Amino acid sequence: MYKRFWLALLALALLSPLGLIADGTAWGEWDGKELQSSLGFVPEGIEHFSQWQQALFPDYTVSIGRMALSQAAGYVFSAVVGSVLIYAISMLITKFMLRHKNKTVINE
Amino acid sequence: MHIPDGYLSPSTCAVLGAVMAPVWYRASYKLKYTLDAARVPLLAMGAVFSFLIMLFNVPIPDGTTAHAVGASLLAIVLGPWAAVIALSVALFIQALVFGDGGILAFGANTFNMAFIAPFAGYYTYALLGKGAKPGAKRQLTAAFAAGYISINIAALAAALEFGCQPLLFTAADGTPLYCPYGFSVTIPAMMLAHLTVAGLVEGFITLIALKCIIHAEIPLGLEKTDKEEIQDV
Repeated sequence: MYKRFWLALLALALLSPLGLIADGTAWGEWDGKELQSSLGFVPEGIEHFSQWQQALFPDYTVSIGRMALSQAAGYVFSAVVGSVLIYAISMLITKFMLRHKNKTVINE
Repeated sequence: MHIPDGYLSPSTCAVLGAVMAPVWYRASYKLKYTLDAARVPLLAMGAVFSFLIMLFNVPIPDGTTAHAVGASLLAIVLGPWAAVIALSVALFIQALVFGDGGILAFGANTFNMAFIAPFAGYYTYALLGKGAKPGAKRQLTAAFAAGYISINIAALAAALEFGCQPLLFTAADGTPLYCPYGFSVTIPAMMLAHLTVAGLVEGFITLIALKCIIHAEIPLGLEKTDKEEIQDV
């Protein structure tokens, strides 16, 4: 029933590098370097907290070992990996809720 | 609109996280009683849709970028509480795996994009489009308006969170500790990006995707999460 939607999502994932054409950073999402050059200093809190956690694929860039994917390939890879994870977690969470619901019904 | 860690003080993050805790609780409670098992994959696909649509950065005249969120679409199709869950999952993976939006700022980002945005979109749509015939011009206009208004209200919320930082949190010598810009900078910047470009993109995406969903004859969530249904239980 949802086959058409799956194809649409796949198309979005494959077309995602179009999102790289827009050059620049979203407002308020600059890293320390960008702030240093625009402000002349990096606020202490940003310096302190911005790097405390290193993401697996920071900013949708992918490098495994010494091999780094091109920006576009990394973006598509991230789109697919992210989609699979989000789909799986959403399914798990909602299935868990429904299992709960069924239990309640049985108990009644 | 994904606020990175360090731009908001830990206390701001804690407050918004504390606001989100009952929202998530309420959302899971609502879903437990109203979600149809057959619609579970639709919810998960909605989360994926939102994640993917956020990858499409669009250029803003001031040299920054912005993106659509898809929150209104999810709220209209799945109901606002299901949208809260779906959008939160997408934002969670973005923060955890891709560093898009901070982990500490997760409460703030979900408050803006997974709570304010879907509810603003839902109520706008309900106000303008309720009772309209499927596919009618009024329904599609309502969908566009829902997208446009919801992303702008979410952007305003982010601007207020950014903008209060230099007022509240400065070092002894007065230099800002977190986001260095006050309301006079954050509000115009965030609103310029979303009133001129991202809002239109969000509006059109909501409209086009809703048209496809109506075409596939998938029932919309508007009726499904009405009060009577929860009271039946």
